[in-house]
Amino acid sequence: MLLRHTPKEIKERSALTINPAKTCQPIGAMYAALGVHKCLPHSHGSQGCCAYHRSALTRHYKEPVMAGTSSFTEGASVFGGQANLLEAINNIFTIYNPDVIAVHTTCLSETIGDDLNQIISKAKEEGKVPAGKYVIKANTPSYVGSHVTGFANMVKGIVDAFPVNTGKRTNTINIIPGYVEPSDMAEIKRIAAELGVKAIVFPDTSNVLNGPQTGKYEMYPSGGAKIADLIKAGDSAATIALGPIASGPAAKALDAKCKVPCEILNLPIGIRATDEFVDRLRILGGVCVPESIATERGQVIDVITDNQQYFAGKTAALIGDPDQLVSLAGFLTDIGIKVRHVVTGTAGKKFEKRVKDVAGGDVNVKEAGDYFYFHQLIKNEKVDIMFGNTYSKYISRDEDIPLIRFGFPIYDRTGHQYIPSAGYRGAMRLVEKILNAILDRQDRDAAEEKFELVM
Amino acid sequence: MKKTAEIKPEDAAKELIEAYPVKVGRKRAKQIIINEVGLEEQVPEVMANVRTIPGIITMRGCSYAGCKGVVLGPTRDILQITHGPIGCGFYSWLTRRNQTRPAGMKDPNYMPYAMSTDMQEEQIIFGGEKKLKKAIEEAIDIFHPKAIGIFSTCPVGLIGDDVHAVARDMEEKHPGINIFGFSCEGYKGVSQSAGHHVANNKVFTDVVGLIDTPKQGKYKVNILGEYNIGGDAFEIERIFEKAGITLHSTFSGNSVYEEFASAHTADLNVVMCHRSINYLAEMMEKKYGIPWFKVNFVGAEATAKSLRKIAEYYGDKELKDNVEKVIEEELGEVEAARKDAASRCAGKTAMLFVGGSRAHHYQELFRELGMKTIAAGYEFAHRDDYEGRKVIPSIRVDADSRNIEELKVTQDPERYRDRLTEEDRKRLGDEFKFKNYEGMMPDMDKNTLVIDDLNHHEMEVLIEKYRPDIFCAGVKEKYVVQKYGIPLKQLHSYDYGGPYAGFKGAVNFYHDIDEMLSTKVWSLVKAPWDDSPQLTARYACE
Repeated sequence: MLLRHTPKEIKERSALTINPAKTCQPIGAMYAALGVHKCLPHSHGSQGCCAYHRSALTRHYKEPVMAGTSSFTEGASVFGGQANLLEAINNIFTIYNPDVIAVHTTCLSETIGDDLNQIISKAKEEGKVPAGKYVIKANTPSYVGSHVTGFANMVKGIVDAFPVNTGKRTNTINIIPGYVEPSDMAEIKRIAAELGVKAIVFPDTSNVLNGPQTGKYEMYPSGGAKIADLIKAGDSAATIALGPIASGPAAKALDAKCKVPCEILNLPIGIRATDEFVDRLRILGGVCVPESIATERGQVIDVITDNQQYFAGKTAALIGDPDQLVSLAGFLTDIGIKVRHVVTGTAGKKFEKRVKDVAGGDVNVKEAGDYFYFHQLIKNEKVDIMFGNTYSKYISRDEDIPLIRFGFPIYDRTGHQYIPSAGYRGAMRLVEKILNAILDRQDRDAAEEKFELVM
Repeated sequence: MKKTAEIKPEDAAKELIEAYPVKVGRKRAKQIIINEVGLEEQVPEVMANVRTIPGIITMRGCSYAGCKGVVLGPTRDILQITHGPIGCGFYSWLTRRNQTRPAGMKDPNYMPYAMSTDMQEEQIIFGGEKKLKKAIEEAIDIFHPKAIGIFSTCPVGLIGDDVHAVARDMEEKHPGINIFGFSCEGYKGVSQSAGHHVANNKVFTDVVGLIDTPKQGKYKVNILGEYNIGGDAFEIERIFEKAGITLHSTFSGNSVYEEFASAHTADLNVVMCHRSINYLAEMMEKKYGIPWFKVNFVGAEATAKSLRKIAEYYGDKELKDNVEKVIEEELGEVEAARKDAASRCAGKTAMLFVGGSRAHHYQELFRELGMKTIAAGYEFAHRDDYEGRKVIPSIRVDADSRNIEELKVTQDPERYRDRLTEEDRKRLGDEFKFKNYEGMMPDMDKNTLVIDDLNHHEMEVLIEKYRPDIFCAGVKEKYVVQKYGIPLKQLHSYDYGGPYAGFKGAVNFYHDIDEMLSTKVWSLVKAPWDDSPQLTARYACE
């Protein structure tokens, strides 16, 4: 047994987190910043933060992940990190030549109280920021929230920095896609294009963290939201924010800053949530839903209805990030799977209600939970199928429950970078994965005489 | 593209720093050295173990990573609690591939558990000691460990939490449990290296020497600086057992607390990773009289040489015969695999930028394959790892190193035991070289490049200029290099393969490198239409 010390009996813990179902803010900020074209994220703290974040993102995407660090020493920690950041800004523009440096803080620089606005202003005054280049920022103390909060804060940082309301409204719709994979961001863009809606999607990590092998390394790949578009986002007709936790704060900030009204929707994972997204996009964009999208939708529903019997009555346990889990729990419930346990590491009072609204009142729901607790829930009530990141595989193996990898990080399988789980096509991928897991298990466990050829 | 031999190293060294601001270039120039080996293995001085310049995209991590991740991480029954916000504990959770094999189902194994106090704003403002104490209570209640290590992250030192005082208090409350804290805040020192030192100190003061019962068996040896990544320690354990050497304790691959606590009863310390653990070897010699020397189990020849040196230390015929028998038996398979792989790999070029000893050790394996290392450097090593321990007296101790405590060690009145008789010393002579590490540079060819703390920009320049056949580094570098169409072998994680140590490890390595260099997948990168000119004519039918 890998998790041999996890007892069935659940005791309340108030101080010790065991096997976290979240990580810290800066990695989310780094990920969001990679979704701006020619942007180099910069970690204002010790080297280790940056090394850990880059390693984690690299293991998840199997792609280059570039970021700078202020390389704090004990001296900087005592006297403040201003000199380090000024030097870093100068070196980064000279050596790596990005268009944007996106600085995020860490627990270290937050604890000592470095003032990023003041330091960035000083860098500008000292001529360290070349003409036409930008230094943007987000405060991401690791001791508040989670990686999702960090993502939300950096997206808000992008909004603080770029959009301008020139007074000339366009018919463009801004879409903030949420803390989702590059494949999902691409899929969201494709859906908008298919609908004929002009959209500005930010951040956009597609073609940054799922780049092609060309034999040529590009430090700044072709993807990422372009600065010109980010500036224009202030003139857009509306903003759709997908995922209230990851995208809500930026959408509200954009409304406050540029008077772009926003609608905050659930992540378009599963049929209903995608329907809601497509429907709002259609109405806000003033377009009709084309046949191509209706066909995609119909195809996935066809697969679900064809295989209804295999989903019916199966039970599931879910662990991951809140925006994802709400949509996934709703989708599973829709196709007939009973959601039993839902745990997120990110704290948030609304989470329980959001999950129960879509999956029913008797689900075990926990915010600010961890993998240890999740495992204990499963020990007390076993399920047929699990959804979670790579760390779930230890529970999956010990409890012999099929695992569908879903969320961040996925260190041990590939595909999430390139193949979406958002939209109708994403729903098709999820349905295929779920069916395969259920049917593979049935095939594995069936008595010889019950081994089915046609399923 | 020039051939490697045609590239002047002076030109490369210049090009590496061309893009830098003057100040940066001046500093980096002292860390970029053209190798030259003179009389008595004299090599040029390399600046090492100095701060990375802010803004530079470095490979380096932090002190916490070196302490918790590297040195203590691989031990399975010391319960480890990270005191700090959640990230540090999360990122060091199982990511280093330290394998471990508990004897039975009842034996503790805490390695799949990442424990953290998940520090919140409230603790940053009002202090985190209370939460830490509560966390320790909760951990004891669930896991009943015999030892607990507390690992400090950046904010701990800044807000003034005293993890050592908490450890003492909690130990008083739970007298059967050894509880100790590590001041390995990420900002200490200039790299992981500081954390190694912090870890060595605490393990030495709080664990080693507590249990005086030695393991049963002849030729009791501790291996220091072997972390069982990819099962390396398992392979060394296999070889030791076959040769009749008792492996007393490994610091810290596949290790348990009792082995650390009784390590002072062994006859000998052999050191694998000099950088991360030489402190412990030195301190154990002073306090307990255990001699140490450097070994290397990476490379078949190096493994044989290291085994022979251990046998020679004991001077015992039975052991010497055993060792020779083992070497002969093992080398058969190794030689066959080596010859086969070398027939395809020989003459190819490698670059190694990794760790604090791996960039040196793995040159052995490439040499066995007939491959040439044209550039190498460490991520976090010190001058002695490059130039040899003979330069230690001339290393300037700067402010960053001074922050890491240097323990004053004296002979233990009861436990000190001189392992060597006068006769032994005479037999072994000066050339046996205890306490010696000759460093990486004397082993490298003239005109090869030695670069300390290589960064992203310099890596790009090196690759574009030299286009080596293989590049060795870590996960952050892997996909950058591979985008250039050059395979990168991860030498921290072995690309999730291994073991690469010992005889079986050498065979694995030859095989894996051969496959990486021979694979046809890279030929797919170019599409058939990439080479043909664009069609400009119109079809007649239009």
